[in-house]
Amino acid sequence: MVAGAQSGRQTAAPGTDTGAGAAIAPAIELVGISKAFGPVQANRDISMRVMPGTIHGIIGENGAGKSTLMSILYGFYRADAGEVRIGGRPVAIPDSQAAIRAGIGMVFQHFKLVPNFTVLENVVLGAEEGALLRPSLAKARASLRDLAQEYELDVDPDAVVEDLSVGHQQRVEILKALYRQADILILDEPTGVLTPSEADHLFRILRGLKAQGKTVILITHKLREIMEITDTVSVMRRGEMTATVETAGSSPEELAELMVGRKVLLHVPKAPATPGATVLKVEDLRVTDADGVERLKGIDLEIRAGEILGIAGVAGNGQSELLKVLGGFEKATGRVTLNGHPLDLSGDRLAQSRRAAGIAHVPEDRHHLGLILDFAAWENVAFGYHHAPEYQANALLMDNAALIRDTAGKMERFDVRPPIPTLAAKSFSGGNQQKIVLAREIERNPDLLLVGQPTRGVDIGAIEFIHKRIVELRDAGKAVLLVSVELDEILSLSDRIAVMFDGRIMGERLPDRTDERELGLLMAGVAE
Amino acid sequence: MDFGTLLQILDSTVRLGVPLLLACLAGLYSERAGVFDIGLEGKMLMAAMLSGAAAFVTGSVWLGCLAGIGGSLVLAAIHGAAAITFRGNQLISGVAINFLASGLTVLMAQSWFGQGGRTPALDGGARFQALTLPLADTLRPVPVLGPVYADLISGHTALVYLAFAAVPVTWWVLYRTRFGLRLRAVGENPGAVDTAGISVTRLRYTAVAITGLLSGLAGAYMATALQAGFGKEMTAGRGYIALAALIFAKWRPWGALWACLLFGFFQAIALRPDVVEAIVRVKVPVPALDALPYVLTVFILAGFIGKAIPPRAGGEPYVKER
Repeated sequence: MVAGAQSGRQTAAPGTDTGAGAAIAPAIELVGISKAFGPVQANRDISMRVMPGTIHGIIGENGAGKSTLMSILYGFYRADAGEVRIGGRPVAIPDSQAAIRAGIGMVFQHFKLVPNFTVLENVVLGAEEGALLRPSLAKARASLRDLAQEYELDVDPDAVVEDLSVGHQQRVEILKALYRQADILILDEPTGVLTPSEADHLFRILRGLKAQGKTVILITHKLREIMEITDTVSVMRRGEMTATVETAGSSPEELAELMVGRKVLLHVPKAPATPGATVLKVEDLRVTDADGVERLKGIDLEIRAGEILGIAGVAGNGQSELLKVLGGFEKATGRVTLNGHPLDLSGDRLAQSRRAAGIAHVPEDRHHLGLILDFAAWENVAFGYHHAPEYQANALLMDNAALIRDTAGKMERFDVRPPIPTLAAKSFSGGNQQKIVLAREIERNPDLLLVGQPTRGVDIGAIEFIHKRIVELRDAGKAVLLVSVELDEILSLSDRIAVMFDGRIMGERLPDRTDERELGLLMAGVAE
Repeated sequence: MDFGTLLQILDSTVRLGVPLLLACLAGLYSERAGVFDIGLEGKMLMAAMLSGAAAFVTGSVWLGCLAGIGGSLVLAAIHGAAAITFRGNQLISGVAINFLASGLTVLMAQSWFGQGGRTPALDGGARFQALTLPLADTLRPVPVLGPVYADLISGHTALVYLAFAAVPVTWWVLYRTRFGLRLRAVGENPGAVDTAGISVTRLRYTAVAITGLLSGLAGAYMATALQAGFGKEMTAGRGYIALAALIFAKWRPWGALWACLLFGFFQAIALRPDVVEAIVRVKVPVPALDALPYVLTVFILAGFIGKAIPPRAGGEPYVKER
């Protein structure tokens, strides 16, 4: 194995060369950190050093142990073994208070904000000056004004947090850390919820922090971000740190290989599309939710056979509703035809009839809509197709043995690991769960495949496989509607791209005639 | 209806509103911290019985009051342990406490005093006495304001003034102190409190203890101020009405005051069927009047008051995420 040879490779980080003067102590140094949860070894003998004034990335697949490691640094868990050194001195971090005192600030993936508090109240919480609030709030207000000027961190201190955009909420989290005098800022998957322009702004902020001598640790699974902003990067795989390299001396391909342990295609090669007859035609589709808010405001789109239409957009702009309507479990008005036949939009329990009509659906939320996690893989494979003749033993009973055989075949063809049909769905990794759903839907040979967030929570190795399968389906002359918040995915898979914003299609682009910047503007609702 | 009758009704509104107000503020602390408490009723009942018993035995209303608070705190600690430490279901724990108190109070009172589950009647120093505010008699002749001051504002027991003072104090604690900020935060997003390096467990136990203290006062008021001794089920659902008032008040202290006075007013007019008859000119059966506060409770809980958003983390035990 290639990675085996590279395992444990440690390239010197910039700054470790002491140059002319005295040695600079690393901002953070981890020595031999291990942590087990029961039988699972989440971190095994991790050592890492990050120099002050640098941006250090940590990448790895889901479950590689990145978050556990950072939780140890922030005092959420105690390591079983090993030592944390801050600025060269060993420190004990038994709780978050200790981490804050040591100058560590953390921006969690799911923000830790009180939604109905103002920005000021959120910043002050836990860092109050005394028993009374007024002086604390006054001090924080002044301090926030300074920080805003220094780091492009403008937020109205009196705004209520739940009224702010996600990007602004994230700034509040950063402000919280800076207000607590953090010198080391850890960000866990910070761009997952941001629009491209918000992500750009975040990166400007991080560069500003670096310029002021702060140390930033960025946890992400997006190689592009690692390449764009980090100075050094550590790669984690299965609880171990397999390499630490200088970003400038590395490449996305090398990092992906270090993450997965084998060579990975980051972009699935595909031939130009040869679109045929129109499969799906949507006209003036409108959805109003239970609160009377219009979620889809007149959608028109068309997908032809042998074509992938990608829907780009920030989550929550109507993509989910579009998938639900087409999948048959949300009411709508308007007109939708499949191969020229109109679809019934009047009900929200039409998923069965959609399947019969030739629409397969890989839902966005795999855990709630795609699978029943406590059920075995073979039972999950039957869902939606449990009336299929080949699964029936007689008029009354199902033929479980046939189902298990069929599942074993699907698992083999879709490289599900481990290939055990009787294993509960929750026992599989995210990527393998997704392959089970995909196998169930694709092998029914649908005319139209609806697929939402196909690679959310899926490892980089499985992403490659899933992308290949979607392209294969297209090449077999099927229509595919792809909804994804990952622009990389949209750009590499789609034959045409439609951008949704606020329940409308903002525009359509061809992937080779657009770029992330243009799509990002459309996603933010800025029309051309 | 003459002015004197109105004053009488308002006077009993205050008397009857006070146990609701104390219980409502008690619930406010716990629920604002994210611990739902339907065991207010049980805590009041236990406090009523223990305060009645201790006041009778010692002859001191203050010692009685302390005993009542003690009993209420013990039940609050049980609820806290179940809801916070053991992450149990808060509703089930609350219901259990109500059942426990309902049976245990009668059993204990019967075994101690043998008077059919009641505590002996209290008098003298074993009961809270009405306080006459300064100049009450001097000002009485002043038209309108005189009687209002002398008969409505003056002449209540110490616990009544304490309950009314607890409203601005609670407001101030909640919105002007560090403790209040943290208390409100832990009821909305305990994760934010935890990552800020503050103990969620300690905050919630503190809130539950304040709840125990205030519902203890509410119970002691029932047995040693409003009535003269404990009787079986004497709280008569006031713990639940206080919860309805808390929702009506949208978990805010000043709202709690007005809501509890409204419920108190309905209880007060239920005591004066003659006045009701004079106003509506129809003889309303007394049981129908007695049912009024409860009917109002049902209406309020059915969402009559518009959207009341409870603390977001309410009812959920806090588990650190991985």
